[in-house]
Amino acid sequence: MSSPYLPHEAEIFQRLEETPHIFTLRLRFTDPDIHAQYHFEPGQFNMLYVYGVGEVPISIVSDPQDEHAYDHTIRRLGRVTNVLAGLQEGDRIGVRGAYGRGWPVQQAEGKDVVLITGGLGCAPVVSVINYVLKRRDRFRRLIIMQGVKHSDDLIWREKYETWSKQNDTQVVLAASQGGAGWPWATGHITELVSEIDFDPQNCTVMMCGPEGMMIAAMKELLPRQVPESAIWLSMERNMQCAVGHCGHCQHGPNFVCKDGPVFNYPEIKPLLGIKGF
Amino acid sequence: MGEKDAYLLRERLPLLLEAVQAEGYECIGPQWQNEAIVYDILNQVEQLPHGVQVNQYPGEYCGEIHEGNVRCFAWANGPQALKPFLFAPRETLWRVHRDNDGRLQFESATPEAPKRAIFGVRACDLAALALQDRHFLESDFPDPAYAARRENLLLIAVNCSHPASTCFCASTGDGPVAQAGYDLVLDELDDGFMIQAGTEEGQAIMARLNLIPVTDGHREAIEIQQEKAHEQLRQVPGKQLRDALFANLDHERWDDVAGRCLSCGNCTSVCPTCFCHSEEELAPLDGGSSEHIRQWDSCFTAGHSYIHGLTIRQQTRERYRQWLTHKFGSWHDQYGRSGCVGCGRCIAWCPVGIDVTEELQAICGSDDA
Repeated sequence: MSSPYLPHEAEIFQRLEETPHIFTLRLRFTDPDIHAQYHFEPGQFNMLYVYGVGEVPISIVSDPQDEHAYDHTIRRLGRVTNVLAGLQEGDRIGVRGAYGRGWPVQQAEGKDVVLITGGLGCAPVVSVINYVLKRRDRFRRLIIMQGVKHSDDLIWREKYETWSKQNDTQVVLAASQGGAGWPWATGHITELVSEIDFDPQNCTVMMCGPEGMMIAAMKELLPRQVPESAIWLSMERNMQCAVGHCGHCQHGPNFVCKDGPVFNYPEIKPLLGIKGF
Repeated sequence: MGEKDAYLLRERLPLLLEAVQAEGYECIGPQWQNEAIVYDILNQVEQLPHGVQVNQYPGEYCGEIHEGNVRCFAWANGPQALKPFLFAPRETLWRVHRDNDGRLQFESATPEAPKRAIFGVRACDLAALALQDRHFLESDFPDPAYAARRENLLLIAVNCSHPASTCFCASTGDGPVAQAGYDLVLDELDDGFMIQAGTEEGQAIMARLNLIPVTDGHREAIEIQQEKAHEQLRQVPGKQLRDALFANLDHERWDDVAGRCLSCGNCTSVCPTCFCHSEEELAPLDGGSSEHIRQWDSCFTAGHSYIHGLTIRQQTRERYRQWLTHKFGSWHDQYGRSGCVGCGRCIAWCPVGIDVTEELQAICGSDDA
């Protein structure tokens, strides 16, 4: 029986500095066979291991059909990500994955795709944006909403500008505190849900970010007659094993690592927003 | 059960141990050590807890040795279940070596999994084992260490004749009589044991013992003993409490129990079904290698629910509620039944004597569906 816990060696093929606190690692497995076999769905995550420090779950931001590398955009915050931040191109780490249930990209075909994200919650949905844009004729309108605390926190500014120029695409950005040269809205992104142009009866909404933000967005979406079953949320909990064994990520009956991290709203509705779950 | 039973006279009990040892098993059996029943290596039947009786109450575990009492299994349980023998309290999952160029080589740790036989297994612990099997084995990612130990396990159950005051297995439906999952099962009487096999391996061992037929007198005594063992002081207010628990997340009793609970995690350590564990890195000083280990964790710790700067369950109220709503609630969704087998260990080993059956009764007693 092979161990589900064993990482494989991967090389940092490229490192991109996004902001002083956020960076992207482009990775490849050093064993070509393992790299060739590796595949993932948008919304899934990998466990990244730093030698002598430990593992951390990080979502994958690149396109699943990019055979060259897979990318992780990471905020330096904890013990492991702080060390990850200091690694350079050519350095080796351990990677295992991909884990969990990703975004319902296939179910979203033929519909408007509404993406509402907060903070670094934008990272797990970038793969959806890329996925939709590469297969543009399969989807209807694409709405990209991203909120940040401070205008300086926004990453991928050029990407948003590029996306906003695509056909049938609406980009809405907001910062709770806008700074100088911030051309977009100031306030909570969820306050702008009423302004987006989409078909509530024929859409798939995908959200990722702080739970409070997602709950606030829900309060805007449901009155617009978006069915609950059209709303998908990516949840975050303590994950250590990533295979449903260690128990930390439980949210009521769900193991976020294997039943999620992406959930259909009705699946998690009973406990969403209840402190302590 | 009962189709091929036979009787092992007490003076022939060593034959059973010898027969199992002859099959190459390391034998583990209950023993009276440090004022508690513990499972340890069993080389001879004299090590069994002869004449030991244990009184268990909320927050209390107290044994007495009755000279002249020949019975070895006249107690309910000790703090251990089968759990530590399969799901190790602490073990290495893998190792990684780093060379001078920074290349990493990962290797799985080979679990220690000797052929092991455990004597004196209780019905509650067999039910708990079946639940741990579901968690660790019947998964898309079966756990190799658990699987290796499970594969090599022989289980010799003894039906419980002396439940403690803390026991409530009759109400969860898991005891006191072992229903499944054993290789051999015994019913202890003063002059010996009725023995039955649950597997072919158990039958093969039985065939090597010098057994006699079970008499009507034995059967009658065992029937009375089993009936008496069913009469338990405590009970859960129902087998399916999920809806009642989740309908009462704001019940004032959560505050009340949080005022008593020390959040120490003893209940989760002694619980035979609790599976939570944390992973940690052990980096030796030589700098050339590192070990990735796991060890038992508890939902009563702050670290259990920690995500980057945020602790989801900061308060004891939230941790106790997580434990109880999981054990008696969401286990039904995850594994098709309650996660409690009625062993009562969490009651006896709670330093402040919190009684889970009492808390359940207070929170959802009248709401049982």
